[in-house]
Amino acid sequence: MATETHETRTVGEANAKDRILDVKNLRVNYQTPRGPVQAVNGVTFFLRRGERLGLVGESGSGKSTTALSLMRLLQEPAVIDGGEVWLDGKELLHLPEEAMRRTRFADIALIPQGAMNSLNPMMLVGEQLRDTIRAHRFTDTRAAIDSRIQEVLESVDLSADVMHAYPHELSGGMKQRVCIAMGILLTPKVIIADEPTSALDVVVQRQVMETLGRVQKEIGAAVILVGHDMGLMAQFVNRIGVMYGGKLVEVGPVRDIFKDPLHPYTQLLIGSLPTLQTKEMFKGIAGLTPSLLNPPSGCMFHPRCPQAMAHCAVEIPPLVELKPERWVACHLY
Amino acid sequence: MKLLEAENVTKVFGGGLLNQRRTVAVEEVSLSITEEKPTITALAGESGSGKTTLARLLLGMTQPSAGAIRYRGQDLAAMPSTERRAFRRQVQAIFQDPFEVYNPFYRVDQVLTIPVRKFKLAASRAEADRLIEESLAMAGLRPEDTLGRYPHQLSGGQRQRIMVARALLLNPKVILADEPVSMVDASLRATILESLMKLKRELGISLVYITHDLTTAYQISENIYILYRGAVAEMGSVDQVIKDPQHPYTRLLISSIPLPDPDIHWGGEDELERKAQARNLSSGSQGCKFANRCPFVMTECHAKQPPLYRTNDDRAVACYLYKEHPVVRGGEMANVLAT
Repeated sequence: MATETHETRTVGEANAKDRILDVKNLRVNYQTPRGPVQAVNGVTFFLRRGERLGLVGESGSGKSTTALSLMRLLQEPAVIDGGEVWLDGKELLHLPEEAMRRTRFADIALIPQGAMNSLNPMMLVGEQLRDTIRAHRFTDTRAAIDSRIQEVLESVDLSADVMHAYPHELSGGMKQRVCIAMGILLTPKVIIADEPTSALDVVVQRQVMETLGRVQKEIGAAVILVGHDMGLMAQFVNRIGVMYGGKLVEVGPVRDIFKDPLHPYTQLLIGSLPTLQTKEMFKGIAGLTPSLLNPPSGCMFHPRCPQAMAHCAVEIPPLVELKPERWVACHLY
Repeated sequence: MKLLEAENVTKVFGGGLLNQRRTVAVEEVSLSITEEKPTITALAGESGSGKTTLARLLLGMTQPSAGAIRYRGQDLAAMPSTERRAFRRQVQAIFQDPFEVYNPFYRVDQVLTIPVRKFKLAASRAEADRLIEESLAMAGLRPEDTLGRYPHQLSGGQRQRIMVARALLLNPKVILADEPVSMVDASLRATILESLMKLKRELGISLVYITHDLTTAYQISENIYILYRGAVAEMGSVDQVIKDPQHPYTRLLISSIPLPDPDIHWGGEDELERKAQARNLSSGSQGCKFANRCPFVMTECHAKQPPLYRTNDDRAVACYLYKEHPVVRGGEMANVLAT
């Protein structure tokens, strides 16, 4: 894994043609009884072909909402109220519903959070996988479908017999592998993995992530890994986008984010991570996550920021490319 | 003086008339917490390792099938009610999900006022308020930020620290914390662990830290038990077990931790394990529980479960790879721990 990640990390600067996904100024709002909440507030980023991007943030930072809105999978009361999502030259947010349905799984697939609960307990695994294919390719024969399913199950290290099992007969790791199989069944260009291993033990987690990485490379898809486990990010992704209060505050190559974080929030986040190297007093980040009902003025992080200046409470810092590959939204720069 | 002590405890579920399948959740585990020097002992393992069952045994919430749990030398199973009351006060628990403990319709004050009333901690309302405010401050909370609020108005970290405050109200000797930080965000995790360490440092409270996360266990505890399917695979000083794991299972676990450093790659032991699985040796129930996943498996591993071998002063490993070392008998397990 080491050499391969390194190669991708040295890929040159942004080239529009490299990009498989371009998200521009995405906004999502939740209508709550106590007023509207801007869960995603102008998020802009891109994804290169075949790369692995991590979206990290605390609960409520908007990372899952961002990921789900790329597939238009959000339900009421969430409303996408602005922005563009370009997938390989096709704008998704304004696509008719039927065209969007055909795009899901075929071009952009989801491996959901808590895969344990996302399979239908009443249906055989094989039947659920067949449905996914049938929803897109009406003409395939049963034999062709089943041979594709067998091929995909084997590629995620499951035996083809899993087709004839109900989800409850499988372990957590096996269910997660079924979800990966479903995600790659139609060889999508982008796979969104939303905390795909949060309920698994560490050994199983590593094996599942290695499988995901391998099949992603085989089919040449790009991955957005959504989560809060910085360790998993360090091990899996090429680049990281750090979200805070519905905005991206920093985007950069994984090694830079860990070794030379720019945004004060990223710095504190990295500093709060316990390691096995040194035993020291690791410190948390003082203060509370911002209330989105009543967000702070200016920079969302200024009330907790040790380096806040008067200006920070007034003006929202834009996300700018400070140097090649390093984007940051902070008035310090 | 031994405060809380488990001696060779085993807990078996099922095996009765209705559920004939026996599950050994905890198998011959000994542990002791002394009064003289406060310590943090980590019980670490994955799901199904028996760590939560062991915690429930230590809290007296479930009875051992064999062996005994003692508090100040008294067997919990035969404890008179007055002493049981003292035990209930002095041994407190903090659980994983700080949301489930709360009744969403009551203000959070309720979880603090109930123990004050139940244990008659205060003679007057004013004294009760003072006690509550003191314990909130010790847990790192400002009373004005927390009292009078409903659970949903507080962050996960605040809710968890209220549970710490609730435990502190009773002036406990021992706190069992079952995955106290697995539901909170990274930035708050450090704050909560910091407040747990303060309890030991400043109030002399011993902790039993139950977790699947070896990184935080390494950071806060002195001693660790690595449990695998109910039995102790390896135990001893946390520095030795984590920095130089000996049991093949501990080695696999530690190499699987996703470290927050892109230059340190996980894996390594994995290839070995996969080869072992491919051989698909069936491990009889009497053999080592890890045998069918173990890359170093030998014939004797399938025949009989290995005892703990004391590989040095403050560490023991249940693995035949270390059979030249002296055997630790069940009751002596606690002596291996660094104090």
